[in-house]
Amino acid sequence: MTNKLFLAAAMAAPLLTAALPAAADADHRAKAIAVIKKDFKPHGQASLDRLAEDGLQAVCNRSGNKPPEYLAKQMQEDQLAAVKYPPDGKLLGDWKSGEKLAQSGRGFTWSDDPGLPVGGNCYNCHQISPQEHSFGTVGPSLYQFGKLRGNSEEIQKYTYSRIYNSKSYNLCSEMPRFGHIGALKEKQIKDLVALLLDPDSPVNK
Amino acid sequence: MKQNLIGALCAMVAMGGSFAQTSKKPAAKPAPAQVAEAKDAATLEFEKFRAEMEESNPAELFEMKGEEQWKTKRGPNNVSLAESCDLGQGVGKVEGAYVKMPRYFADADAVMDAERRIVWCMVEKQGFKFDDIAKRPFANANFTPDITNLVTYVAGHSRNMKLDVPLKDPKVREAYEIGKEIAAFRAGPYDFSCNTCHGSDGKRIRMQNLPNLSTAKGAMSGVQGWPGYRMTGGVMLTHQWRMGDCFRQQRFPEPKYASDAIAYLLTYMIGNANGQVYKGPGIKR
Repeated sequence: MTNKLFLAAAMAAPLLTAALPAAADADHRAKAIAVIKKDFKPHGQASLDRLAEDGLQAVCNRSGNKPPEYLAKQMQEDQLAAVKYPPDGKLLGDWKSGEKLAQSGRGFTWSDDPGLPVGGNCYNCHQISPQEHSFGTVGPSLYQFGKLRGNSEEIQKYTYSRIYNSKSYNLCSEMPRFGHIGALKEKQIKDLVALLLDPDSPVNK
Repeated sequence: MKQNLIGALCAMVAMGGSFAQTSKKPAAKPAPAQVAEAKDAATLEFEKFRAEMEESNPAELFEMKGEEQWKTKRGPNNVSLAESCDLGQGVGKVEGAYVKMPRYFADADAVMDAERRIVWCMVEKQGFKFDDIAKRPFANANFTPDITNLVTYVAGHSRNMKLDVPLKDPKVREAYEIGKEIAAFRAGPYDFSCNTCHGSDGKRIRMQNLPNLSTAKGAMSGVQGWPGYRMTGGVMLTHQWRMGDCFRQQRFPEPKYASDAIAYLLTYMIGNANGQVYKGPGIKR
């Protein structure tokens, strides 16, 4: 977790949300947040600080996930600027490890052991390798991701940053900010990039 | 809600759009046609299994236990719920009470779903301690709390009745509107809200279909079958439990038992399903 960034985002939240048009349901939203603050209790690793919105969440919550364009553009740029790439510049890892990681949906719930590694959660929402028929449809299909785009340096960088923080491209994307929050480490993201871009990966066969 | 739906749709389009912009190549094609077929096959298989099970629905055993507990004098005050508890239809009346909750109860000055109301009666009328009930409110493999039996009993007496949450009552309407905002609230490590999974049509997590709770049809599939006998683990679980499990998967902390937050969410969800027929306690995967 990039604490400094989180803090900066949290401090920016009142300023940002002040710029949003007042919605008719703002009163009910304020009441909903007050109810949430009083009606939850910590359980396992799920502590109450998880209920505090960071700046991005606050903007998405207050705009029905449709932030004004100027704000979305600025905030997406900030998110993208905070992406940390591997120092050696190598972005393609091992697609086989990536496939295993993509299968795992564990992590961050109150019943998960916080000592165990977090999964990629990818198949929960995306079609990826054609061999895996049990996939979700919350996100778009990633089948033939690399075949359609190639695996140039530019595409590798795009793919890495998209997994690291999807909000760099779509501010209120449904996809978690896996790298940004420290859920997935550098090597894991590289392995997922390989799963999507390696010509030998089943995704691109 | 419509706004959210549109928002989510726009987000999907934007996602595809930015893929295309960056790559300067055609965006990935949508998943092949086999997707829908696979989903239907899995669902149909379970539906068939459930139909067979419903001949001898295990939930009925819990209804029977609940009936006995409803009618027996219990608790420090040694009174029965049958002679003291008003579920909105008059003291002791269970017929059709479940499908008319959540509703506003003046004596508690709160909007309450069925489970919350029965807990309130157990505390206020029978003299049980709330904290004792809330300590272990849900069933596990070795234990089924009384409240689960009682809710199942009450729900069984609304079998084949139409849901009728009194949304015209301003207090209930207010709870509905707050519940709607709770469903839209994104937070936590993954930025998830209820609506991330349950705010638009035709979504799945893996093979599990996700009902869109903002629609009448979707809300109904979130209501139907609860309380339900869950095949996984062989336990009887309530609608309150189901709400908590959603928050678990949302990576949120745990909602407090029998709280406003859950009552408001249930008001939103069951309210959206109003007018449709509730089939009584069911069977869940």
